Amino acid sequence: MRAYWQTLPLQRRQYLARSVGIGVLLLFPFVDLVWNWQLLNAVTDAAVFVVLALGLNIVVGYAGLLDLGYAAFFAIGAYTTGILTWPPHGLELNFWWAMLCSVPVAALFGVILGAPTLRVRGDYLAIITLAFGEIVPIAFRNLWHIDIRIGGWTLVENFNLTNGPQGLNPVGRPHLFGYEFGFAPLPWYFLILAVGFLVIVAKSRLENSRLGRAWMAIREDEVAADCMGVDPIKTKLLAFALGASFSGLAGAVYAAKLQAIFPELFRFQVSIMLLCIVIIGGMGNLKGVILGGMCIMFFDRVVLAQSTELVRSLGRLVGSGLLARADLSLWRWFFFGLTLIIVMVLRPEGLWPSAQRAAELHASEEKA
Amino acid sequence: MTALEVFSQQVINGFTTGSYLALIALGYTMVYGLIELINFAHGDIYALGFFFSLTLFTWLGVPRTLVAALPASTLVWMLPAVMLLTMLGTGVVNVSLDRLAYKPLRRAPRIAALITAVGASFALENIMQNWYGPSQILYPNVFPDVNLAKLALGPSTSILLSTKDLFLFGVTMPMLGALMWFVRSTRLGKAIRAVAQDREAAAMMGVNVERVIATAFFLGGALAGAAGMVVGLYLNTGRYLMGFDVGLKAFTAAVLGGIGNLPGAVLGGYAIGFLAAFSDQYISSTWTRAVVFAILILVLVFRPWGFLGQPPPERY
Repeated sequence: MRAYWQTLPLQRRQYLARSVGIGVLLLFPFVDLVWNWQLLNAVTDAAVFVVLALGLNIVVGYAGLLDLGYAAFFAIGAYTTGILTWPPHGLELNFWWAMLCSVPVAALFGVILGAPTLRVRGDYLAIITLAFGEIVPIAFRNLWHIDIRIGGWTLVENFNLTNGPQGLNPVGRPHLFGYEFGFAPLPWYFLILAVGFLVIVAKSRLENSRLGRAWMAIREDEVAADCMGVDPIKTKLLAFALGASFSGLAGAVYAAKLQAIFPELFRFQVSIMLLCIVIIGGMGNLKGVILGGMCIMFFDRVVLAQSTELVRSLGRLVGSGLLARADLSLWRWFFFGLTLIIVMVLRPEGLWPSAQRAAELHASEEKA
Repeated sequence: MTALEVFSQQVINGFTTGSYLALIALGYTMVYGLIELINFAHGDIYALGFFFSLTLFTWLGVPRTLVAALPASTLVWMLPAVMLLTMLGTGVVNVSLDRLAYKPLRRAPRIAALITAVGASFALENIMQNWYGPSQILYPNVFPDVNLAKLALGPSTSILLSTKDLFLFGVTMPMLGALMWFVRSTRLGKAIRAVAQDREAAAMMGVNVERVIATAFFLGGALAGAAGMVVGLYLNTGRYLMGFDVGLKAFTAAVLGGIGNLPGAVLGGYAIGFLAAFSDQYISSTWTRAVVFAILILVLVFRPWGFLGQPPPERY
């Protein structure tokens, strides 16, 4: 089998691998239904995070800009859709139009944040994005009694934009050819699959384009790239804007799937989780990021739940009351943190790095 | 409350918040100065100080729900003992964190160590969550609470300057001073400054770099632990996530003062303390966090070396 695989030409191998991957993804919901795994909802949520991680990978993996506040753009996309489709606002825009609006709005905020800040050094930029990621949810939580007065004129009084801590509910509720998307995960699974497919196609086109090469050049050596005619600010800004627009798209779909959004959904932990997906999977590599996302979600939802059972039966076997009553799901962040440390210490380039990136990391080790 | 009273009250509040932020900011700035790592778990070390000291008080037979202050004769030995043990504990935890999670990555790209710091932060938070539960918990009210402003200005004033405020200053100020003295005047302090300036050159001159880094982690952890205990005594309540928010604020303080610069971190701590107090009063407490982070962004864009730092030389 292996020998046969290796005799195939590269293009044919890629083609086969892709068809198998797409086939598995398309068949998964039906397998899930037949075997009654009840995993479809979890997998759909995981897929949203994989799409987000793919967007973050443009910023972190390709352009080499550490972004600690990526959830802000996710929030902006979700809230754009939310505000446009929340009934009390009276707009009640069709979901598909709202989703299309979320993309440029998120990109615009990416440019607004990036334009003044992309000049600063790498780790300062990381802190700026962190601060932005904190400010955005606070703003959404507070923007529900807006008064705007200029002199004696009252332009806006007590305007409720985001409905504060309670959040917007209901939002989204898309229809397609008369079919209403409800709470059942099946249509959402296929929607997010379509979005993910779009993002992956866009990314693999970008990877080998002029812009993709410019990003990598900036990442390797900004000064050298600048000398060769790559405008660093413009290139970085494009990475920020594109990363933000992917995130906005994912945010729109996520808002519609939950049919409700509130500021707590976009906490700092979300940004960090996404960063971990990108880095554990392998920075700058599409397959690595998908693998990283699946690993983290699988670990979270399946491994921890199963190992609780394992530890308990072990406890009953050896007669230890402590183990028999243990609940590992209480310790999920502990194991998550521990995994981050172990992966970074043993394999700082991630599980499946791009060949270039791995070479870079090892080159810097030799130099040091 | 008159406008003047409101203002003075916020000055007092700013001093109080600034004092413990400064203690925590020092740990951030020392570690960053030496190994250019944003020690994300540092805020959680502060929370750990809260929980360590709470446990020690429980062992000494002080119930968590204590309302009346302990007699002075007990306080005189109990507070220093608990504080020393707490500082020792958090210092050791911080050093072991460095050994396990950061030291293997000294030569890896900086983002790798940042990720392990995030991992360490998650692990510590989860430990504290399972230790004392996820909700807001009480801390014994062992220190007497007397309003000195009423004694000094007469009963009509509405300013609150408690003995607890004084206790907080009385603990934090000498610690800040002691650390400054240590770094400025001792042999090990000189070694810390040398490693911060140029690690390789310091190593060639015979400085044991790893020992210097461990010292910095120990001192930073001990100060953060002390801050956790002092805040517990001051507010009488806390939660396992309390370190996250305070940690971000303290980090902002360190950046504001010029990261890597010790007096800068103290100045930044007080600046953030005042800023938060005045924003609570004159803008709205719901926007305070946003104001602090907006200031952080502005400083990083326009003056990334902070108040007291030096602009870095061009490296091309």
